[in-house]
Amino acid sequence: MNDPIIKFDKVIKRFGDLTVLDELDFEVGRGEKVSIIGPSGSGKSTVLRILMTLEGIEGGVVTVNGEPLWHEEGPDGLRPASEAHLHKMRTQLGMVFQQFNLFPHMTVLRNITEAPVKVLGLSKAEAKGRAEELLELVGLADQAQKYPHQLSGGQQQRVGIARALAMRPNVLLFDEPTSALDPELVGEVLNVIGRLAEEHDLTMLLVTHEMRFAREISDRVCFFDQGRIREEGTPEELFTDPKEDRTREFLKAVLD
Amino acid sequence: MQLTDYIAPLMQGAWVTVQLTLYSTVLGAMLAFASGIGKLSRNRAINAICVAYIELFRGTSLLVQLFWLYFALPLAGSAMGLDLRLPPVLAGVLALSLNIGAYGAEVVRGAIAAVHQDQREAARALNFTERQTLWDIVIPQAIPEMMPPFGNLAVQNLKDTALVSLISLGDLTFRAEQIRNYTQDSTTIYSMLLVMYFGMALVLTVMMRGLERYVTRWRRARS
Repeated sequence: MNDPIIKFDKVIKRFGDLTVLDELDFEVGRGEKVSIIGPSGSGKSTVLRILMTLEGIEGGVVTVNGEPLWHEEGPDGLRPASEAHLHKMRTQLGMVFQQFNLFPHMTVLRNITEAPVKVLGLSKAEAKGRAEELLELVGLADQAQKYPHQLSGGQQQRVGIARALAMRPNVLLFDEPTSALDPELVGEVLNVIGRLAEEHDLTMLLVTHEMRFAREISDRVCFFDQGRIREEGTPEELFTDPKEDRTREFLKAVLD
Repeated sequence: MQLTDYIAPLMQGAWVTVQLTLYSTVLGAMLAFASGIGKLSRNRAINAICVAYIELFRGTSLLVQLFWLYFALPLAGSAMGLDLRLPPVLAGVLALSLNIGAYGAEVVRGAIAAVHQDQREAARALNFTERQTLWDIVIPQAIPEMMPPFGNLAVQNLKDTALVSLISLGDLTFRAEQIRNYTQDSTTIYSMLLVMYFGMALVLTVMMRGLERYVTRWRRARS
């Protein structure tokens, strides 16, 4: 891939004795929509959490837009990144969480405007305009003045998506965005994500258990197993004709 | 001297008690916030100062702290050539608020630590600085958790003000003692004292409930 926006180069991540990512090599192209599937504990979410700078790495290099994420160029090569460097790099990334993680003490509108005002320095009016457009996009224009606990899970997650988009990231990370939802609410969230995937040139990285959805929206699907990519390909290739036994077993287990 | 003659001096004393409670609770709350947050700081010096303050004032008696500020500090000061004599009101307010601040600090620290890690992660993902995360995201969610224990501390503080009568500050207890010395009518005086402290505690509790309702109003929004 020439000029990938995200690149993992032999990345190692450990939690104590457990190796979660084992010299992972992984790339995502600009504007590409990539789904990550795999059994729990395979390191799927860790990939997103490393990109969002919520987890550090023990080895290798992660680059975002050609620049190392967890390192800085020093006089003698790469050194660990400072908080200032991480702050600068994070402007390119946004994240949608499994548990939504909305701020419960703020209205929907303020959940979306707070970071653009405080972090990006937008005026309140600009931020409000941006938030209203995004609420329109996720179909919640009439809920701006409510508090998160007054919304359904599906609505909360759509606010979560609007909140992440308000920061205008280049890359949007979805960490199992529908796993915490009641089954009847999954559709409305997937619709919004699907529409984003179709209409925007945003790079999207989606960790999901929704196989049919992954197949519909992705340019590429990666099957993670034991801290590495076991198999990857177009949704067609991976879902209809998996090469590896392990992939076949996993797909059989989740699709039946 | 009749029963009704007790009322005026007792009310005077009660007013001093109210003022002492108010000043020391407000100052104590500020100390509690400063040292509770400071105890969570990664700056070692700030951390050490806060821990030392909290442990020192929780680990010694309020009465001794009061006497130390009022009687010992001026002597220590004059030995160093400084005038550190405090007016009784100031010594009383300082001792009470330093004491309540040390207990409150643990409440503040605990409530901040109890805010879910997910909230900090969301704030980090949105690129808030650590300071913004603390003040915009974490503390507003921690304050409601602090309110019930703060209410208890405020009432505790009201009752502790009785100790300042021992540095001849004219609070409710001091006035009551004066009348009792004069009339020897202990039963009536102490009964009135109980009722008055209880009444003030009741008002204070209601006020703290009101404050609690105010800081938790976002939780009660209904669809």
